[in-house]
Amino acid sequence: MASVKEMRDRIKSVESTQKITKAMQMVAAAKLRRAQSSAQNARPYAQRMAAVIANLAAGVSGDGAPKLLVGTGRNQKHLIVVATSDRGLAGGFNTAILRAARERIRSLLAEGKDVKIIALGKKARDLLRRQYGDRFVAAHEAGVPSLATAQPVADKINELFEAGEIDVVTLVYSQFKSVVTQTPTVRQLIPAQIEEGAATIDLKGAAYEYEPDEEQILETLLPQNLTIQVMSAMLENQAGFYAAQMAAMDNATRNAGDMIAALNLLKNRTRQAQITKELIEIISGAEAL
Amino acid sequence: MAGKLHFSLVSPERELFSGQVDQVDAPGAEGDFGVLADHAPFMTTLKEGRVTVYNGGVTTIFAIEGGFADVTPDGLTILAEKAQEVTA
Repeated sequence: MASVKEMRDRIKSVESTQKITKAMQMVAAAKLRRAQSSAQNARPYAQRMAAVIANLAAGVSGDGAPKLLVGTGRNQKHLIVVATSDRGLAGGFNTAILRAARERIRSLLAEGKDVKIIALGKKARDLLRRQYGDRFVAAHEAGVPSLATAQPVADKINELFEAGEIDVVTLVYSQFKSVVTQTPTVRQLIPAQIEEGAATIDLKGAAYEYEPDEEQILETLLPQNLTIQVMSAMLENQAGFYAAQMAAMDNATRNAGDMIAALNLLKNRTRQAQITKELIEIISGAEAL
Repeated sequence: MAGKLHFSLVSPERELFSGQVDQVDAPGAEGDFGVLADHAPFMTTLKEGRVTVYNGGVTTIFAIEGGFADVTPDGLTILAEKAQEVTA
């Protein structure tokens, strides 16, 4: 059995681990509040944007429709944008996103499609590189979600699309449902998917007037929509990440507490046993005299 | 004059304004325009400039940079790439 001193050292080390996880939990909780409100604040814009695009999409159709909206008409070359966090220690958060991404990639490859990958976030980059490194076309850090960080990703997608190197673009990220639920989500960016319910603003018989014309508006709006989608995925991810980290660290803190209690009990028993043993030695020594 | 116009101004970061107003002036790509209640459906891109909101004698001014204005029977929505309230 370990000595009392060894056990005391062990308890001390668990205690300092507990202090760290406790601190991380509190930091994550504070950051979660900020991330959550910025994710929520960004939603109206994304929703309105979707509604406007749905409206426009109903108006344009046929050959004149922008490719970003209707796609290239092919379904061969796929681009998967995998968005994760930069850091770990958040339980199964990144694992869940990566599992969804891998599943998607595998099934596409099984169908004989070409797959390219953009990794968005250090975890996606590091964990997918070994398996699919040769398919990477770009890797970005997630950083702080903002238009400025989403822009280069959207630009890259646009560039590849314009060059005809991709037909379909899918985004994999984690949708922030609540503090306890984050759902890995696979969303198609190109061809744009018109969400049901977002569409059909009742014009009461009147016709829309456009300035400049519809196509020109769509041409500026669609690339912007791409940026917004990427940014909102990053915002959702960030909020989900802190929520997952908070939960993971809360668990770790509780585990450390249980461990300390168990070790303390063991330590006290050992100490008592030792005292009893010493007493027996003294008494039997005295009796022998 | 007809009733009030529902106006909302949103930027990617947040919703800056949402409510009933009398009139909104905005810098359209092909010229500034004003929107009152019951305006015909209309959509335009915006250039950098000022959005002025008139409501019961109170005017609020926002500086915006790029974006879109969308007028529907439900009201006016401005999606600005960047927007900030200007304190006069």
